[in-house]
Amino acid sequence: MELNAISIGFVVFTIFTLGGGIGVVTTRNLFRGTIWLMVSLFGVAGYFVLLSAPFLAAVQILVYIGAIAILITFAVMLTRSVTRIKTRYIRLVPSLIASLALFLILLLGVTVPIFGGVSPELAPETVASTRDLGAALVDENGYVVPFLLASVLLTGAMIGAIFIARDDTD
Amino acid sequence: MDEICTGLCRLMVDSGADAGLAQFVSLLVGVLLVSGVPLLTVILLIWIERKVAARIQDRIGPNRVGPIGLMQTFADLLKLLGKEDITPTAADRLLYNVAPLVSFASVVLIWAVVPFTPFHYGVDLEIGVLFFVAVASFGTLAIMVAGWASNNKYALLGAFRVVSLLVSYEVPLVFALLAPVMLAGSMSMLDIVNAQSGMWFVVLSPLAFVIFYVSSQAETGRAPFDLIEAESELVAGFNIEYSGMKFGMFFAAEFLHVFTNGILMALLFFGGWMGPLYYESPLIAFAWLGAKGGIIYLTTLWLRNTVPRLRIDQIMAFNWKCLVPLSIANIVLVSLALKVLQELDMAPRQLIGASLVDMLPATIVLLIINGALTIYLLGILRRRGKDARREAQAAPVQFARASAD
Repeated sequence: MELNAISIGFVVFTIFTLGGGIGVVTTRNLFRGTIWLMVSLFGVAGYFVLLSAPFLAAVQILVYIGAIAILITFAVMLTRSVTRIKTRYIRLVPSLIASLALFLILLLGVTVPIFGGVSPELAPETVASTRDLGAALVDENGYVVPFLLASVLLTGAMIGAIFIARDDTD
Repeated sequence: MDEICTGLCRLMVDSGADAGLAQFVSLLVGVLLVSGVPLLTVILLIWIERKVAARIQDRIGPNRVGPIGLMQTFADLLKLLGKEDITPTAADRLLYNVAPLVSFASVVLIWAVVPFTPFHYGVDLEIGVLFFVAVASFGTLAIMVAGWASNNKYALLGAFRVVSLLVSYEVPLVFALLAPVMLAGSMSMLDIVNAQSGMWFVVLSPLAFVIFYVSSQAETGRAPFDLIEAESELVAGFNIEYSGMKFGMFFAAEFLHVFTNGILMALLFFGGWMGPLYYESPLIAFAWLGAKGGIIYLTTLWLRNTVPRLRIDQIMAFNWKCLVPLSIANIVLVSLALKVLQELDMAPRQLIGASLVDMLPATIVLLIINGALTIYLLGILRRRGKDARREAQAAPVQFARASAD
């Protein structure tokens, strides 16, 4: 691998992503765990920048770090003994098998061309801009149906959440 | 190389320096300038803020240290630096120390996408506006971390109040930002300013500006939304355990954020550097931007020192029952009107370079829509206000009897 800005960036963001992930599973402190999760998510945002998808990078930070991770910290605050978790998940063999299986499936999915193959490197002119992304989301030959379905699903989930959380007294 | 290497870099290459080194040095200078200017501005801003507050409250303000008190902030800075740096024993050391840095960095990072003149900017990102929103969310994170890491229940309670406020007001803020983005057809700051050559966006979409103004006032935690500290009543909020320069950094971040919002509003709604003779010299363009941003900044100070604080339930109700629906309605109406006008050939499809005459029909239609929405909104608020007043006038009877006993 050639040593240039992109490869250095890749290494840095990989350290962020994997290091954050390791931090999440090893720390005994739930709050620190969420912070590590944010570090990991930040690393993923860095990958999007390297893949010339700045829009996705900004959305990753805005949605995952700015909203979801904040929500997780709120949830963490409501749990007991945030800082000293004593219970451990001890069934190591099943979790080892499960994680290895997942890793293998992902590895096969990326390397073996089942899902449309692997494109070696994108030429600069084929890199989609934010405008293309927006157009694809509302184009009938693009992703308009999945986009609308996801929107309906999210709206339904939101109404459901409001309905469940509603106080019955009034 | 030729496109990247301009200005200082070109000069260095011409005088015989290594091209790579020249590029590195010029980039470094750029980074230092973009991060250094806000750092120095904040020192002056604190003085301005204190002077304005003093004048509004019929005081003189800092006037002892240096001419007209200009050196007061430096004295304060030295005092803060000299203070004992206390870390509570039960605090989460790492997070406690990182939080002020993240808080300040979240504001300084915004300046990376601020175009000072048509030619001088840190970086012109394709997603400039979204970058600003994403970076600002780090500020929320910093407050949460500070409140938790202090290991003080009051700090944590303060952080909860603030974070719920910040997260809520981010929704109308982002919706309001969509209006200039849609009008300009781009998220790049540079394109948005250039698209205002015909007409400023504050005229095309005044409601979006008002929503942005109110929610950015809330995002910076200024009155009437200053639950963050509530300096005049409470000890402090999330920053109660912080001392010395760490405390100073939270405050510097807040002061700078207010000014940054002024500049952002000037860029997004008031045509940025557009003004008479701005094309003559970058310095004139910069002066226009500074003047517009400064005026908006002064109005926020004025507001801060004039209006009383709202209760947290009032703040939340105002956001979710008024600002959010209004901002959504505004977006729907503006986008619809813009598309219809473009189909009827009454508005230019490309705003960059459009003249005042091109924009006139679109301006009138959008102004009428905004006016109608405002009248409707005022009607609702009036009705609610009347109901609330009736309830309040009914309630004190019991209250008075209770206190008489």
